[in-house]
Amino acid sequence: MTDSFTQLTPELRRRHRAEFRFQWAGRLAILIAIGFLVVMVSSIAVLGVGALQQTHIKLNVFLDPAQIDTNSLKEADYGRLVKSALKARFPDVSKRRDRRKLYGLISSEAAFTLREKVVQDPSLVGKTLKLWVIASDDVDMLIKGHVSSGAAGGEHRISDMEMRWIDEFRKSGDIETRFNSRFFWSGDSREPELAGIMSALMGSVFSLLVCFALSFPVGIMAAIYLEEFAPKNRWNDLIEVNINNLAAVPSIVFGLLGLAVFLNTFGLPRSSPLVGGMVLALMTLPTIIIASRAALRAVPPSIREAALGIGASPIQSTFHHVAPLALPGMLTGAIIGMARALGETAPLLMIGMVAFIVDVPTSFVEPATALPVQIFLWADSPERAFLEKTSAAIIVLLVFLVLMNIAAIVIRRKFENRF
Amino acid sequence: MSTPELKQQVYAENHAEAQAIHPIISARNVSVFYGENKALNDLSLDVPANQVTSLIGPSGCGKTTFLRCLNRMNDLIDICRVEGEILVADQDIYDPAVDVVTLRAHVGMVFQKANPFPKSIFENVAYGLRIHGLTNSKSELEGRVEHSLKRAGLWAEVSDRLDHSGTGLSGGQQQRLCIARTIAVEPRVILMDETCSALDPIATAKIEELMDELREKFTIIIVTHSMHQAARVSQHTAFFHMGELVEHGRTEQIFTSPRDKRTESYITGRIG
Amino acid sequence: MINGDDFAISIRQSRRLKWGERAIQLFMISCSLVAVAVTIGIVFSLVFESYRFFQFVPVYDFLFGLEWSPQTAIREDQVGANGSFGAIPLITGTLLISAIAMAVATPLGLASAIYLAEYAGKRTRDVVKPVLEILAGIPTVVYGFFAALMIAPFIRMTGTDMGLEVASESALAAGLAMGIMIVPLISSLSDDVINAVPQSLRDASLGLGATHSETIRRVILPAATPGIAGSLLLATSTAIGETMIVVMAAGLAANLTANPLEAVTTITAQIVSLLTGDQEFDSAKTLSAFALGLLLFCITLLLNVAALKIVKHYREQYD
Ligand SMILES: Nc1ncnc2c1ncn2[C@@H]1O[C@H](COP(=O)(O)OP(=O)(O)OP(=O)(O)O)[C@@H](O)[C@H]1O
Ligand SMILES: [Mg+2]
Repeated sequence: MTDSFTQLTPELRRRHRAEFRFQWAGRLAILIAIGFLVVMVSSIAVLGVGALQQTHIKLNVFLDPAQIDTNSLKEADYGRLVKSALKARFPDVSKRRDRRKLYGLISSEAAFTLREKVVQDPSLVGKTLKLWVIASDDVDMLIKGHVSSGAAGGEHRISDMEMRWIDEFRKSGDIETRFNSRFFWSGDSREPELAGIMSALMGSVFSLLVCFALSFPVGIMAAIYLEEFAPKNRWNDLIEVNINNLAAVPSIVFGLLGLAVFLNTFGLPRSSPLVGGMVLALMTLPTIIIASRAALRAVPPSIREAALGIGASPIQSTFHHVAPLALPGMLTGAIIGMARALGETAPLLMIGMVAFIVDVPTSFVEPATALPVQIFLWADSPERAFLEKTSAAIIVLLVFLVLMNIAAIVIRRKFENRF
Repeated sequence: MSTPELKQQVYAENHAEAQAIHPIISARNVSVFYGENKALNDLSLDVPANQVTSLIGPSGCGKTTFLRCLNRMNDLIDICRVEGEILVADQDIYDPAVDVVTLRAHVGMVFQKANPFPKSIFENVAYGLRIHGLTNSKSELEGRVEHSLKRAGLWAEVSDRLDHSGTGLSGGQQQRLCIARTIAVEPRVILMDETCSALDPIATAKIEELMDELREKFTIIIVTHSMHQAARVSQHTAFFHMGELVEHGRTEQIFTSPRDKRTESYITGRIG
Repeated sequence: MINGDDFAISIRQSRRLKWGERAIQLFMISCSLVAVAVTIGIVFSLVFESYRFFQFVPVYDFLFGLEWSPQTAIREDQVGANGSFGAIPLITGTLLISAIAMAVATPLGLASAIYLAEYAGKRTRDVVKPVLEILAGIPTVVYGFFAALMIAPFIRMTGTDMGLEVASESALAAGLAMGIMIVPLISSLSDDVINAVPQSLRDASLGLGATHSETIRRVILPAATPGIAGSLLLATSTAIGETMIVVMAAGLAANLTANPLEAVTTITAQIVSLLTGDQEFDSAKTLSAFALGLLLFCITLLLNVAALKIVKHYREQYD
């Protein structure tokens, strides 16, 4: 051994270097994990903000009285009027193919927008209306700089001719991007520029309502029984082991259960938020039970003794005194369980909540989809514009998850250290 | 006599005596704080080499704190702060240049509760030798493990089951295993914190015997709550009280003619 | 004072109360039995549908068949109309992706857990732990999207630059994303396990002059091995049962390969592809999804039971 504590032998130097490396390996691991998180979330956010804007084109539509029968305003061919407006703007386009391309600059939604305007105000007929209409997704992508002219492959290539038209719109200030409120309130669509998340969002809301209504009461009752009343015996041990294992069963298996039992045996409506919520409830149940038991365990025994000591029955002591104190903790667990359920996709695919839903669902039994499933569906679409929508939908989903987790934290903070 | 003066005098006396036998450890004006709390107050003490020194005093008076300062185990407690100077073999161990790893190899520690690693008996003893790279060959390693176990008086009991887990031994055997593990790296000083407090009289007797043999090669500092043990095994005794070193001297002197009233009351069982 | 009548009333009341309490108790018991019923429901439905599947395809062919191509017949009399239902390519694909995920997650998760439990100060821990938990809270569909959109093209590009042939939906891309997803699972469980190792063992090792990392590697980790093994088993089970990442990033090509740069498919991805879209319920193709589900359930259950046992045993050891 060395004689001094300050003298570093080569051996000691090596050991200290190893110590240094070891610590840095730990830091590095954390940095990699967090770095991945940051890259993933920020790149999705960067992709997604684009969806908040939508390109619009201004058209001067002549509402030709010859084309519109004032008695049946709704029936008129507004698509043709829109096309005429485009034709009037670019009179030199004569070839049929080129015309079709010209019409392709704007979304098919334009005709409906026009119709609505006219139905609302029939006096417009005969006048020329300045109308901002939604541009097609290809134009939108071009304006946002995601495709350079001629670069996008396949049939969606933007030709030089189309570039000329767009440039002309640009020059006269007839093309601009506006806040895309449509994305938030409309349902799904085959056309990326028209697609929105509302139908999926409502599907998720309905499913979560069902999920909460089923899993929360059942979960806390089971937790109260197991924690406060269950005698320690083989049966209750079995229940406990069973719950712990259920918490680790892959979510897709719950989907299979829902398909075999809820749909095929009970004949409940396929694709409905009712069944989706039921499957999610089964999945969240173990989480809620485990969290609720922890919350009950945190209530000090003195509370129980105090209640029992003044002659309350065990049930009274539990429901009047213990359970109310544990409620915030149980609620926190339930919210975290709901947050998990909100992000769950696989079991919903099994029970058919993967449909193309245009209309916003209004009940628990009509076909619906859910936000994460919508993300899955859009992620599969080839159009570049859907990439933006997918990312934006992910951001919306993450915002909801963050809100739910904040709610859970707030509840926990507010009620912690009460006893 | 007022306390500071007494302290001065006590220190001067035992300093002179310790000088004569060469102090391996000397603490100068050491104060230790846990956050705001002062656990040791301006303590000065010389520990003679190749002797057994025992630290006695009522619970919470700072014995463990002092012991853990001597091999800087206190570094592990974030809020702990040490002032003053502690010299081990004339080197200030709180000097930033000091390498704690080397220091701890020189100043080993045996804890109150036996804490064998959950490894085989052999691996427990070989651990220190391996990490410090003290042996060059397998046979040398085996030799030193055997030697350490023999010196710790455990060899006869475990020689046939070296590959069994160290945690499977009895309490007293575990404690001797920990001693073997500590002496295997040949430290100069062994710190023992209430090493026998959980043991029966027979196991205690064995370890006390062991201390007496070990002091030929090592300097031993023990913390004990047993006056009898202090009297039996140590040549020097230091009495702590509420973070102060009240008195220090040869064991016979402390036990037969203590200078301080507090020492006397403690030894005769009136406080503590 | 209670006179006779009052007393009679109060007894009757308490009996009524008893009835109410009895009902509440029964209700609570039935709620806790729901969890058992779910398990039974899972087992029964999977076993029943699988049984029907095995009427079409022998168990042996399913478990040991080397080819998976579950086409249904277009014409009744078509040759080879029944498709082949050999699960081996799916099992190896699942294992390959899970192995990649574990190869990513084990070092990252363990190193973070060790750093957080042994080196990090309280402040760092309070910040880093919740941030790592976020990784576990992000829906897997997001990982799937990111893997398909960014990781897979990136791997393909790098691989092609190095002269390797990389499939556009490689096992590596899905495995990487999945690995990051399970890092927090491993790190938080291992963190608990490492914290449960008694301080006295650290003291003993440090007191002998071991450096902190020597103490961790030679004393703490060996002592924590059973608990860490349990957490790794749980993580493996999660990886095997993970669906969306593989559906979106791994594809459906049932290749029997160990090359992480090739496309493979997994049990879960196949279940999804078999059961989405139009289906007739009695075809072997649809029923095979349940047989795969049963296989998946058995594998993960085995891992979970083992993991929970180990972790529980470990907890008792240091309590
Ligand atoms: N880790 C710590 N953090 C804060 N204060 C501490 C810590 N360790 C000890 N103390 C305080 O320092 C003082 C001395 O404690 P120490 O453990 O040294 O006493 P002791 O003499 O060994 O007592 P005992 O005989 O009971 O072991 C006590 O007041 C104690 O509360
Ligand atoms: Mg002590």
